[in-house]
Amino acid sequence: MSELDLNDKMSEMLAKSEANVKNSKKDFTRPEDELREVVAPDGSIIKINPLYDYFSDEKPKEEKPRNGVVEKFLNWARSESIWVLGFGTGCGSIEIPPLVTPRFDMFRYGVEMRPTPRQSNAFIISGYLSVKTLKRVIRTYEQMPSPKYIIALGSCTINGGMYYDSYSTINRLDKYIPVDVYIAGCMPRPEALLHGFAKLKQLIKDGKAEKANEYARNFDEYKANQKKIIKDWNMPDYNW
Amino acid sequence: MINKFLGFKPDEKLLPHKTVTADTEIDLSSHKYQKIWLGPNHPGVTGNMAVELTVQGNTIMRAKTHVGYLHRGFEKLIERRLFVQGFPTSIRMCVAEPDTNEYFIARATEELSGYADAVPDYANWLRMLSLEMARLQGLLRGVPGQGGTFALGIGVQWGVYLRDLILDRFEELTGARVYHMYIIAGGVRGNLPAGFKARMEDNLRDIDDFIIKIKKLMFDNSVFKTRAKGLAVITPDMVDKFGIVGTNARCCGVKRDVRKDNPYLFYEKLDFDPPTATDGDVYSRTWIRWQELIQTVDLIRQIMAKMPEKGDIRCQMPNVLNWKIPKGETYVRLESGRGEMGMYYVTDGSDKPRRINLRGPSYNHAISVLEHMLIGVDVADVHAIMVSLQTCPPEIER
Amino acid sequence: MKELIEKLNSKYDLQEIVYQRDNLAFTAIRKENAIDAITYLRDYEEFTHLVMMSCVDWIEDGKFQLLYLLNSPEKKCDIGIKVYIDRENPEMFSAHHLWKSVWTYQRELKEFYGIDFPGSPRVNDDFVVEGWEEIPFMRRDFDTHEYAEKTYFPRGNRKTNDPAEYMRKKLYPNQPVTAKQRKDDK
Repeated sequence: MSELDLNDKMSEMLAKSEANVKNSKKDFTRPEDELREVVAPDGSIIKINPLYDYFSDEKPKEEKPRNGVVEKFLNWARSESIWVLGFGTGCGSIEIPPLVTPRFDMFRYGVEMRPTPRQSNAFIISGYLSVKTLKRVIRTYEQMPSPKYIIALGSCTINGGMYYDSYSTINRLDKYIPVDVYIAGCMPRPEALLHGFAKLKQLIKDGKAEKANEYARNFDEYKANQKKIIKDWNMPDYNW
Repeated sequence: MINKFLGFKPDEKLLPHKTVTADTEIDLSSHKYQKIWLGPNHPGVTGNMAVELTVQGNTIMRAKTHVGYLHRGFEKLIERRLFVQGFPTSIRMCVAEPDTNEYFIARATEELSGYADAVPDYANWLRMLSLEMARLQGLLRGVPGQGGTFALGIGVQWGVYLRDLILDRFEELTGARVYHMYIIAGGVRGNLPAGFKARMEDNLRDIDDFIIKIKKLMFDNSVFKTRAKGLAVITPDMVDKFGIVGTNARCCGVKRDVRKDNPYLFYEKLDFDPPTATDGDVYSRTWIRWQELIQTVDLIRQIMAKMPEKGDIRCQMPNVLNWKIPKGETYVRLESGRGEMGMYYVTDGSDKPRRINLRGPSYNHAISVLEHMLIGVDVADVHAIMVSLQTCPPEIER
Repeated sequence: MKELIEKLNSKYDLQEIVYQRDNLAFTAIRKENAIDAITYLRDYEEFTHLVMMSCVDWIEDGKFQLLYLLNSPEKKCDIGIKVYIDRENPEMFSAHHLWKSVWTYQRELKEFYGIDFPGSPRVNDDFVVEGWEEIPFMRRDFDTHEYAEKTYFPRGNRKTNDPAEYMRKKLYPNQPVTAKQRKDDK
């Protein structure tokens, strides 16, 4: 056999084995594990591994309540385990430490602080929001699993409060994300916060705290408002 | 131990925390480094700010502070408000110790309008009392908070409870828990309520107890000692270069205290000596603050003993609606719990201030000093260093 | 304090001198002499602590007034060096080599007022706002109220008690009414 033939044969075998490997791999790959094409925030199209897929081009969905007793039971369970995200967005966060300590102790009502949005279902917007923080708040809010509730703390979330004429802070929070409970005051006392939690519990038990669904329903409107003031929008439209 | 026995010496050049300096070149495309963000949504970060870290393994190679999440544009807003409307606006600039801002703006307007000597003595004593109470409630959060960064959570529980008692006294004195609006131009807004001193003394006795307990909890604790000693050292030559003030300067032996250097109110009549240390690390900073806690309790006792029984709480000031202050400028400073704070105040003869500018100690501590100090430390120590520098983001971006 | 200012005057020909307190003086220096004078004060007169850098917008004179406030921990006194620069094309020499904290102030002034400091590190980075498109917001001709009303959905039927009016009616009913107020009432 000449050297040339040997080479040919070798390359043939190599191609065959490669094809085998390819075929065998394809057998074990489920369709949902294949690389997915998404549009990155900067407009370019990239392929992304489903294991690291944090891009969502799907809008949030409305979730219908379950029937009768089941929903009532779920609502009771939700109302007794309000887990608050530990993100102090404004000066109201100075009244959170007294709530965690023995004097005002919110653990007795099933309210607890969590370090990450993935584990929490309530978000306290503690005061004024500058546009820079609003961007992070939206991102964080969308990462929280549904059902989720927003408690807006302080007068500045209602109508801007004393920052009504500031170029940096928003006036009305409910134009950008839906709010379940407002707590007025500057700054609201810890007792007012506890009252706010009680109010939220009652709303959840009555099945009225459906603001996450409202966000899904009016998603385009909220997004348009958000994009109007956040100038450098460099994130996906919906982050989950 | 076994390395010593075998005579094994690790090559120190391979350990990043031994060799990294601010000049170390970082090639992000080499895949040796990673960028992570600490904050703003992070329970460990002090307030609402972010630190962008470039790390290699667990070691920080570069740090960048990002602020502005709490920006409200106070300095612009106060330019649109009357002098008296500046008071409720200005105190929101610093949440941790709001009383300091009341004092600046009151003192600056008095000085520029020529009422500086007209303020009654009794009002000045009350101002001093409220400033020291503000310092005390700040320290009650700050000292055990440093332990909290090393997972000694119980101290925080005690401290915040005792702080609540001081806030109760504030409520008696001023009517509000956090934002008091007590010090106004020309004096203060209210007199001491009946029995205030006795109740305050009660609380101070509780705090005396707490001071002993917190020493056992933190400064005798081997975990706290091991982690805090030698961490993030401030050297005396850094003090002027970076503009370090307050306890952060005193921790390395540079005695800077506005209460002693440029005495204001009646601090000359009080008997105290600001504590200093020599090491300059996190441990000695916390140690100084603990001593300052003792000193502040003592100062409040001295003030309550030395202040006159009664007197005028404010002097006659012009009608605040038509209050115009002639053209001028001044700088007023005081020693807050975090160090020298001050305000540059400019008037132009109209009924609104022309420009105010707050100088917060965190402005230098949390940006240039923090970025310098984080190089070469572990990611787990970032929070401890931020708390030990007493970072307060609202006074950076205002 | 007085001797020091006179010494400085003979060296740099100061433009205005104001003694605000015993331990605080403000003085204006020409732009080209400013960094020189600050370096002199830092190195030879023990003004080693930079308290703050600030800026005032004197729009009626068409000038920005920069302020370098220096403190001497030894002499326990402060001196404010003011520098007037043109409002049209604001630019100032950078002082970031003198103190390690200066670049932060210069970055702030660039964003707040649009004053450029060529050579200062990270001077063009965002400081407190992201993606700002209007004129720098601390300038006097930027109207923050108008911008907020245009941008941030002010809540309708917000009852605003103008504090001045409220106080005039409730707290000072006997105060004589000025001509301007009478005009406003109508």
